[in-house]
Amino acid sequence: MPRYFTEDHEWIDVDGDTATVGITEYAQSQLGDIVFVETPETGKQFSKGDEAAVVESVKAASDVYSPVSGTVTEANGELEDNPALVNDDPEGEGWFFKLNLADTGEFEGLMDEAKYKAFVDKL
Amino acid sequence: MRYLPLTPDDRTAMLAKIGAGSVDELFADVPELARLDGPIHDLPAHASEMAVERHMAKLARRNLTAGDGPFFLGCGAYKHHVPATVDHIIQRGEYLTAYTPYQPEIAQGTLQMLFEFQTQVARLFGCDVANASMYDGSTACWEAITMAGRVTKRSRAVLSSGLHPHYVSVANTMAKFTGDTLVTATPELTAEPDTDALIDQIDDETSCVVVQYPDILGRIGDLSKLAEAAHAKKALLIAVVTEPVALGAIKAPGEMGADIVVGEGQSLGVGLQFGGPYVGLFACSQKLVRQMPGRLCGETVDAEGKRGYVLTLSTREQHIRREKATSNICTNSGLCALAFSIHMTLLGEKGLRQLAEINHALACKAADRLTQVPGVELVNGAFFNEFTVKLPAEARPVVRALADKGMLAGVSLGRLYPAEDALAGGLVVAVTETTTEDDIEQLAAALKEVLA
Amino acid sequence: MTINQSGWKPEMTSGDQQGPTETFTGARALMRDEALIFEIGSTDTTGVDFGEVEAPASDRLGGLARNRDIGLPGLSEPETVRHYTRLSRQNYAIDTGIFPLGSCTMKHNPRLNERVARMPGFADIHPLQPVDTVQGALEVIHQLSNWLVTLTGMHSVAMSPKAGAHGELCGILAIRAALEARGDTREVILVPESAHGTNPATAAFAGYKVEGIPANGAGRVDLEALKQRLGPDVAAVMITNPNTCGLFEPDMKAISDAVHAAGGFVYCDGANFNAIVGRVRPGDLGVDAMHINLHKTFSTPHGGGGPGSGPVVFSQALTPYAPLPFVEKTADGFQLVEEETAEEHHARSFGRMVAFHGQMGMFTRALSYMLSHGADGLKQVAEDAVLNANYVLRSLSDVLQAPFGDSGPCMHEALFSDKGLAEGFSTLDIAKALIDEGYHPMTMYFPLVVHGAMLIEPTETESKAGLDQFIGAVRSVVERAKAGDETLKGAPWYAPRRRLDETQAARKPVLVWEDPNLVQAAE
Repeated sequence: MPRYFTEDHEWIDVDGDTATVGITEYAQSQLGDIVFVETPETGKQFSKGDEAAVVESVKAASDVYSPVSGTVTEANGELEDNPALVNDDPEGEGWFFKLNLADTGEFEGLMDEAKYKAFVDKL
Repeated sequence: MRYLPLTPDDRTAMLAKIGAGSVDELFADVPELARLDGPIHDLPAHASEMAVERHMAKLARRNLTAGDGPFFLGCGAYKHHVPATVDHIIQRGEYLTAYTPYQPEIAQGTLQMLFEFQTQVARLFGCDVANASMYDGSTACWEAITMAGRVTKRSRAVLSSGLHPHYVSVANTMAKFTGDTLVTATPELTAEPDTDALIDQIDDETSCVVVQYPDILGRIGDLSKLAEAAHAKKALLIAVVTEPVALGAIKAPGEMGADIVVGEGQSLGVGLQFGGPYVGLFACSQKLVRQMPGRLCGETVDAEGKRGYVLTLSTREQHIRREKATSNICTNSGLCALAFSIHMTLLGEKGLRQLAEINHALACKAADRLTQVPGVELVNGAFFNEFTVKLPAEARPVVRALADKGMLAGVSLGRLYPAEDALAGGLVVAVTETTTEDDIEQLAAALKEVLA
Repeated sequence: MTINQSGWKPEMTSGDQQGPTETFTGARALMRDEALIFEIGSTDTTGVDFGEVEAPASDRLGGLARNRDIGLPGLSEPETVRHYTRLSRQNYAIDTGIFPLGSCTMKHNPRLNERVARMPGFADIHPLQPVDTVQGALEVIHQLSNWLVTLTGMHSVAMSPKAGAHGELCGILAIRAALEARGDTREVILVPESAHGTNPATAAFAGYKVEGIPANGAGRVDLEALKQRLGPDVAAVMITNPNTCGLFEPDMKAISDAVHAAGGFVYCDGANFNAIVGRVRPGDLGVDAMHINLHKTFSTPHGGGGPGSGPVVFSQALTPYAPLPFVEKTADGFQLVEEETAEEHHARSFGRMVAFHGQMGMFTRALSYMLSHGADGLKQVAEDAVLNANYVLRSLSDVLQAPFGDSGPCMHEALFSDKGLAEGFSTLDIAKALIDEGYHPMTMYFPLVVHGAMLIEPTETESKAGLDQFIGAVRSVVERAKAGDETLKGAPWYAPRRRLDETQAARKPVLVWEDPNLVQAAE
């Protein structure tokens, strides 16, 4: 199951025509304690780059963009009661939403893990 | 100049430290064309405290004050007795001259007061939560309408004809720019508020119904049916309270199903002040809290585990969310909120209920007495401390004629609805604990004379 | 001799003895915690006495008489005074020391203003009284308008906006009305990244798209880049001048000319007017609309977060679109132009933005302040404010990095970054340590364009001796932060509270008090 990364610090796991999206370990470390996550409603359609979710720390609110186009099939309901999951396990239990992909070939411009690591190291 | 502590020697020493030859050098970035040759022309030079006080006192004396004679004005601003304690406390420099509590460790006084204020407002309105205040009732009302739009993702608001016309005007002004649709109507001089007409207007596009309680004519209607009808169409019910003292006598809007309750808090602690500053009250149900505008104070603990308070959920606000904020509000009405809260603490539930009873009792007396004047009819079925009478003549000139006799008789509907001939005979009369039976008697006698 | 019958002999304590770590009450002498009114009050207690009034035979409340308890505790008068007085002692305020919040202009609030605002002729008049009974009040508004228009070199002023952000909204709505009147549907407002958050929030609130304006290396608007972006879709630019980096925009007139040439309007955020009041008139720089925070420049008290007052001055081009109501001087005295009288002469007004006529209580205070200073005193205000800020800038720039320090003098506030602090130490640590030194910290982390920003605005009402002491405290704290003094991370140590857990407050918001007994029972 390939995992891709964006320059906006989202990660995306692709499994056939479904994908899971979250924010990276680096992103959570920059935000500090996450206090609130607003996830998208099921059925919502996104184009690549659309604002899809909002993640809030005490002093900052950041938009999370959809790395690819697709329709939301599920949002992580756990985050409502326990936004700290994003701090504790951003690239696992702290996932944001799942998408039904509109185009399974739309991964140009996304990075693999090694490239993303190199990208972050330069920041 | 008494407010400026720097001495000429200080200025010289400071310029030396800075390395500037003169203060003009510090303004070097100001382009040539905008430099002035000296103090701005056509304005007077500085004046002593005594001279300024004399100047202002002279202007103050040219106004007829609410204490100068019988006084019956309301319509969104009420004359109540404010205990001396309120003004004493709000003049303490620690409250008066503090800033927004952004450094909570040295602002617990303001923060705890706001937490108490929020709780008082929420309880009074029968809601789960309240914010730390808005500018005033009219702006709080528009903020509530936009909030309902965010919650329901709809943009058609149905406004009651009994909503204060200034509040309607504010909403109309804003809606022109935001593209919201407002359904509005002019009030009619009927005994009951327009509940049924409002229910008929609610459709699947409606974001909210906005109803004033008691309304601009002083009428009171049960909000339960309206709440049910709004909720059936997934719209919100917004109740607007311009006289919070009323809620010592009548049911809270939240209790009857209102989702958002906003209000004008001027009645408690603030005073008339020719219309401002006042204090906007804003309360809603818990589930809507993240869509709320304005500052919120919340409880937490400090590093040693002691209870303390901070401003919280700030990511809704402009200083963090910028163009995506729930509102552009920054400064609120903190000191007026303090005055409201102190007055409410002095009253307590027992005092508020007594105050409300007295207001209502005197208003009943006034309604009975004024309707003995030939040709004067009471419009309202129910009312709290404000009611509308229909005069056999245009009310606006009558009010002016009574003012010439040193009596401020009420608000003529002609002042509020100048284009509506059907309302020209309407006079809204407010009666509070400050009204004496003699005031009522004087008004009745003078009214009889003017109408004759 | 007579013996010391009472036995009272003053004794000095030894300075090195340790006191008890805890007191019975938890208090430390004058510093004591105060319970909530909900914990100490009761719904059966009231601190107000009422006369007897005969109840009506039956109420006329339409069957809506309240039949549930409200839950509002009351306190007697002495308890009330103590409660709020004790709470007040946990607050820092201008009356207790310098309040150097950049962009906030926390200056001394003269007490004459308070006395004047409380004159019954101002405090005890109703906004809907017949206008011939409030001629003095209308004259106050008229006189204040005249001061504001003259000081800014503008054409007119709208007095009703309730605060700065409300004033911004007023200005943007007038611009939108003016554009619409000529059939122009421009959609974009340009706002520099360094702007107050209210600017983009206001533009969005009025239905506009917001885009950034690039800054140049000297912390000013990049004029060439701005010119490139201007076009038929740009309704307005919102510029703060002096800007939030504490710098005057030397190209302001050129900016205005370029914006006008492209068919747009110039909104100026007047939050920093204190730097130039009496010395520079924004009207000379091509500004179309600017709000003035009476609670900043003109000394009306901030009151722990408000009320404010934000009159907006307009150019001739925007004057016809200004909001209602306003005061007009006629042969018959002062008139209040409201909806009914606006029709013929002011048909283009964008309408009403607030109930009644604005913040009268702030108008009387601001007018007292202006009359006290006069034109000469106000000029001195700007000069001393700028002098004090430059003194702070040059007294600290050897220990703190001043990102724009090389570009010349600052205006009314001095900006520093967190560069050079030891690893792991931040602006927050400096701010919290200043609390232990007895000061309110500077504005921190604003403007956003400077990392770890510290923005210090001393205002003109600080003495040199007071500034020297403050500068000494900042230097000391910064040196500790550079040396990696770990005790800074725990600051403040001596305030009424240690650092507060804002994460907990936001994750599980507790916004109202609930009786713990009831909460427990419910669980």
